[in-house]
Amino acid sequence: MITVHWLYIFAGAVFAGFAIGSARDLTNRKRWGNAAFWLLLTASFWFGDLLGDIGNGVLVLALVALAGMHLLGRSVGQSTTNEERQRSSERFGNKLFLPALIIPFTAFAGTLLFTYTPLKDSGLIEAKSVTLVLLGVGVIIALIACYAWLRPPPIAAVDEGGRLADSIGWALVLPQMLASLGAVFAAAGVGDTIGAIASDIIPHGSIFLAVLLYALGMVIFTMIMGNAFAAFPVMAAAIGIPILVHQDGGNPAVIGAVGMLSGFCGTLMTPMAANFNIVPAALLELKDQYGVIRAQVPTAIPLLIANILILYIAGFHL
Amino acid sequence: MIDYWPLLGIALVVLGFALRFNPLLVVAVAAIVTGLLGGMPFMKVLAALGHGFNQNRIVTMIYIVLPVIGVLERDGLQQQARTLISGMKRATVGRLLIVYMGFRQIFAALGLTTVAGQAQTVRPLVAPMALAAAEKEHGELDEETSERVKEMSAATDNVGLFFGEDIFLAVSSILLIQGALAAFGIQLTPFQLSVWAIPTAICAFLIHGARLLLLDRKLRRGR
Repeated sequence: MITVHWLYIFAGAVFAGFAIGSARDLTNRKRWGNAAFWLLLTASFWFGDLLGDIGNGVLVLALVALAGMHLLGRSVGQSTTNEERQRSSERFGNKLFLPALIIPFTAFAGTLLFTYTPLKDSGLIEAKSVTLVLLGVGVIIALIACYAWLRPPPIAAVDEGGRLADSIGWALVLPQMLASLGAVFAAAGVGDTIGAIASDIIPHGSIFLAVLLYALGMVIFTMIMGNAFAAFPVMAAAIGIPILVHQDGGNPAVIGAVGMLSGFCGTLMTPMAANFNIVPAALLELKDQYGVIRAQVPTAIPLLIANILILYIAGFHL
Repeated sequence: MIDYWPLLGIALVVLGFALRFNPLLVVAVAAIVTGLLGGMPFMKVLAALGHGFNQNRIVTMIYIVLPVIGVLERDGLQQQARTLISGMKRATVGRLLIVYMGFRQIFAALGLTTVAGQAQTVRPLVAPMALAAAEKEHGELDEETSERVKEMSAATDNVGLFFGEDIFLAVSSILLIQGALAAFGIQLTPFQLSVWAIPTAICAFLIHGARLLLLDRKLRRGR
């Protein structure tokens, strides 16, 4: 059976490719720093389960040291000029989209096949990782298609992958780092503290104020932790269930679902949700690393107000 | 008596991000300080950090698409995305991103969250298309405007994803809500929860869609 561990092996190989691509990039003054960074990540994907917790912790510190001491750089210039790219886009036309679309299509069609047809019971792919495994398969098919149609130099995938990875740099592992920070926060009892504070300032007698506090608590705790998943169990235990459901008789389905979605409004507003808010700034080469967050706040706040109204009206008056 | 000390780590994170220190460094320092203040010995904090990192490798997996995107960009993918949009007479930034958001919400609601995303679709396709649409309406873009269009492209992907995925029954956040409520003896099916994601999904589409149309208006006025 193909499990997520096969994907780790494949991803490790891709990161090893980034390391080679970075090391070959003579326009990057700090190319050895980048190569070391991607090699450490390769080691994590290939040998993470063998290193033990302390070993992984040391690996994390090494990644942090490389980034914190500014040993990562990025490539200046690009492999082909914009004029060459324009000419080649005229030559290949819309065919260029096909390999890019192969990846989502394989993931989409494959997920349907492995969910709704007898293939589901074939045991070929581990059920909970179907979409991700197929994403990996899609990447492999797309790479083959690129080489068959576009005939780039053999090393192009390594060089271009490394160049793109270098343009994202340390931000590429930030989401994973934040997830491990969440684990440490949980182990150190941060959630319990926040829950205790929230239940200390509960207003009594006003359903609307309690709803407001619940939604705002979800937003603030989500912004601190970077995702709503860590916030929900704490806020549900502090306010959602004892006050809104048990004391005030709210509809638990609404309190649960819309409470989580209020947290998602917080996700739109925090740099801690790095994969959504910080990585794109690097990917799109934005001048301001907080530019994406700035673009999202004016959507997040009205939507939070809408969520509070849905909580209040659908939760208590329908 | 509430133990406030572990919260110092949060303050460090906020401070570190605000002062724009390297975020990896900020997170590592905050993790170690929080752990130590929470009464954990250093080696235990290090182990928790390493364990968390190893358990969450899946988060970083998505970058396996980069070699494909890189090879295609080398041969003019972004240029072709622009050409395609310049040929569409009625395409505007707002309309393009609204259509993208609609598809993103629908796909996410079907459980297909990873078929699109910042690395897979926004950088190679959506952002160049949005820029081309903006140039068509507005003429040559100044830096501020092109940054704005790119920021809105990334934002639209996030909004579509976040406020579509909870409509799907088997998404992890719905399962998490179900589990958290079950711990208090409240038994609900995923379906009962996920229908309540629909009103918010509609509000998100309307609110962000309205902002995108306003962006169109602003671009037209600026010409």
